[in-house]
Amino acid sequence: MADLTTNFAGIKSPNPFWLASAPPTNMGSMIERAFDAGWGGAVWKTLGEPITNVSSRLAGLDQGPTRLIGLNNIELITDRPLEVNLREMADCKRRYPNHAVIASLMVESKKEAWQEITKRTQDTGCDGFELNFGCPHGMSERGMGAAMGQVPEYTCMVTEWVKEVAEIPVIVKLTPNVTNIVPPGRAAQNGGADAVSLINTINSVMGVDIDTLVPYPNVNGMAAHGGYCGTAVKPIALNMVSELARDAEFNIPISGIGGINTWRDAVEFMLLGAGSVQVCTAVMHYGYRIVEDMIDGLNNYLDSKGIAAVGDIVGKSVNRVTDWGNLDLNYVVKAHVNEEKCVQCNLCYVACEDGAHQSFEFVESNGKRYPRVIEAECVGCNLCYLVCPSPGAITMERRDDGSNPETWRERTSGQ
Amino acid sequence: MANDYCTPLDITQIEHNFAELDPAMSPAEAAVEASRCLYCYDAPCTHACPTHIDVPGFIKKIASGNVTGAARVIFDANPIGASCARVCPVEVLCEGSCVEKTLIKKPIEIGRLQRYATDFVMANGKQLFEKGTPNGRSVGVVGSGPAGLSCATYLARLGYDVTVYERKEKAGGLDTYGMAEYKMPQAVSLAEADQVKRLGVEFRLNCEIGRDVSFDGLRAAHDAVFLAVGLGATNRLNIPGEDLDGVIDALHFIETIKTRDWRSVPLGRTVAVIGAGNTAIDAVTQAKRLGADRVILIYRRTEKDAPAYDYEMELARKDGVEFMWQTSPVEILGSERVTGLRVADAAGLVTEIECDQVIKAIGQQKMASFFTDIAGVAADEKGRVVINENMQSSDPKIFAGGDCANGGAEAVDASQMGKHAAMGIHEALTGEKVEFAGAILRDPPKAPVDPNPH
Repeated sequence: MADLTTNFAGIKSPNPFWLASAPPTNMGSMIERAFDAGWGGAVWKTLGEPITNVSSRLAGLDQGPTRLIGLNNIELITDRPLEVNLREMADCKRRYPNHAVIASLMVESKKEAWQEITKRTQDTGCDGFELNFGCPHGMSERGMGAAMGQVPEYTCMVTEWVKEVAEIPVIVKLTPNVTNIVPPGRAAQNGGADAVSLINTINSVMGVDIDTLVPYPNVNGMAAHGGYCGTAVKPIALNMVSELARDAEFNIPISGIGGINTWRDAVEFMLLGAGSVQVCTAVMHYGYRIVEDMIDGLNNYLDSKGIAAVGDIVGKSVNRVTDWGNLDLNYVVKAHVNEEKCVQCNLCYVACEDGAHQSFEFVESNGKRYPRVIEAECVGCNLCYLVCPSPGAITMERRDDGSNPETWRERTSGQ
Repeated sequence: MANDYCTPLDITQIEHNFAELDPAMSPAEAAVEASRCLYCYDAPCTHACPTHIDVPGFIKKIASGNVTGAARVIFDANPIGASCARVCPVEVLCEGSCVEKTLIKKPIEIGRLQRYATDFVMANGKQLFEKGTPNGRSVGVVGSGPAGLSCATYLARLGYDVTVYERKEKAGGLDTYGMAEYKMPQAVSLAEADQVKRLGVEFRLNCEIGRDVSFDGLRAAHDAVFLAVGLGATNRLNIPGEDLDGVIDALHFIETIKTRDWRSVPLGRTVAVIGAGNTAIDAVTQAKRLGADRVILIYRRTEKDAPAYDYEMELARKDGVEFMWQTSPVEILGSERVTGLRVADAAGLVTEIECDQVIKAIGQQKMASFFTDIAGVAADEKGRVVINENMQSSDPKIFAGGDCANGGAEAVDASQMGKHAAMGIHEALTGEKVEFAGAILRDPPKAPVDPNPH
């Protein structure tokens, strides 16, 4: 059994799996049930001036019969009175002293407002704060959420306000709705943040009902853009996490969020620099119980790799991410069809003909017709390998001798 | 014959026993199944289908919710696509070659998806194809089975004035009269024939060539004639007792079942069925489902030699049919009515089976004399009409296809021959070549490669 205990910027939890601030952390009883199911921490649904929500609020992206590869929402922060949330938070923390209870905060952009809610909330005994500078819908129209996170100066300023009165760690939650995640990340750090978390949800319109002509989710015949999350956003989140993790000027912990469904997803986030991970959509789809396999799978993975503690994998792939200009131009792979595993779906053939470099031909062999790679034409793009449904039928094989690596930077530096 | 020489079961039980073997798919089931399709390129299933339906193409359309488009792809390549969805031996054709079968032993249920799409348009009465602009030429089609309906469809789409001559009172040939009821109710085949009617094709039912219309008159009335007359009467056993009451040929037995007038179907308590082809299976399973106490399939060769498909044999086994292999009938016993069957095993040892019905399923006779004596076209030594690749017979004005030309195969094979006949007739009459969907499969073209370094 590997050691899964986590100390994230001073916030301790029995494992790195936290619930993100969202409907699954709406109130104390929900979070307590989540802790009972195995979650190591929870970021409370954002506290602030209670709002009024609309109905309906969610829309999904399906892939064929697979439901919800993406989800978007136009729900706002908590609609519950602050004192109720604070009372439940104090109770929860008392009952679960070893779990991480983190308070997400969002108020209007006034120093007094931020400092007052910070002080009131930390009286509950919670373990840390998460400043919601990311909510992309509704709240941003009121000058909050993403309206903060999209302007580094504001991010820095509000973080400073909170840090002046906070006695517990402060995490700044970043919005992905920016061109470059590094300036907001650095701004949070400059404001004194103890850590950042990312990504919040992405601006999105989920689709249009082609019968009623109303986009989703329909609120009495109208729709508004919402925050996109779930499996489909994971690659965007991984990029932003790794961009911050490899930034030389950025050196505070990162809590990874975005499309985490399984322990595998969590491991990937951690390898790219996340010290903890936060999950929402997968729980909204399947319930708190998914954490059981996240813990079990992570344990088995670490044991199988001979790694004693989960903290040891954090950031282990960060130095494997670089700029394109540092990649080796002389590294060559070519696709190869292994006929004994080929099922003759010919998807590699058509994908290469119409979507790549026309590097396939058909050959007759043992009375069957197989696709074969014309190596002279193959550029080693991976497309055929990616579309192949039969494991092992296409392999990408090294075709250079490895003796003369050369990057684009090196090639052009002498000019 | 005695009144009790019929099913002993009540109607509810029979209706249950004859419900369609494969239930229709719900939209949710179709969506899940369609989404499993890999959308293979130059797909094995399309190669395996004799009419070369673009199977991944129609399944992708089901997945996208374009069910009408899916049905159009199917019927474009196979005018009897709704029947074939039910009666095709998909296990050895499209589904047998499915990549998902190779990968995970679970082929896409192509037959049921095809049924889903074709049912959808037929239930909505959608007209997928239009009659072509009249070209002033007429074609007579003899026989309204799969080959005849297919040929008539394509000719009508080209603008021909088509008349179908059918000796039975209903159109559809074996699809209407010869399919096990639990595989396909007659209504499906009749609805398919109606689709052909809606293309402006005239059907002359109860019209037999040589009896109601002379062949010469037919030949003179049309610019071309397509013969799709199928096969003839069931072969004779040529053993004593063959003409006793209670001896029936399998096709006649099946045909009476198709009326769904269950009590009119002659049925003994112990039924011996001679033969082991797919028709024999249809007879044994249906005799059992009608409530016969014992049904025995008797075949002169071994189980391995039985021409029926394995999955058909399996169905008979599940229905509780008994098998006697390497056993030949020697004599049917009885004075007026069958009381038993004398059989000989491989060693020549003769035994008697007590039975009160014998069903013959030993293949159908060829129509050789019809071709040579009535139509005046050449037939080969097996009694099949001789045709070239355009389905043209020795008389350039007369074309032929289906069982009468290939000796007896699947409905889907007949449909493809009807398609080729329509193309052949059009070329012969106009000099113009047309090509209908799935007529010819070509290797995919190879795209040019980039001559620049890359």
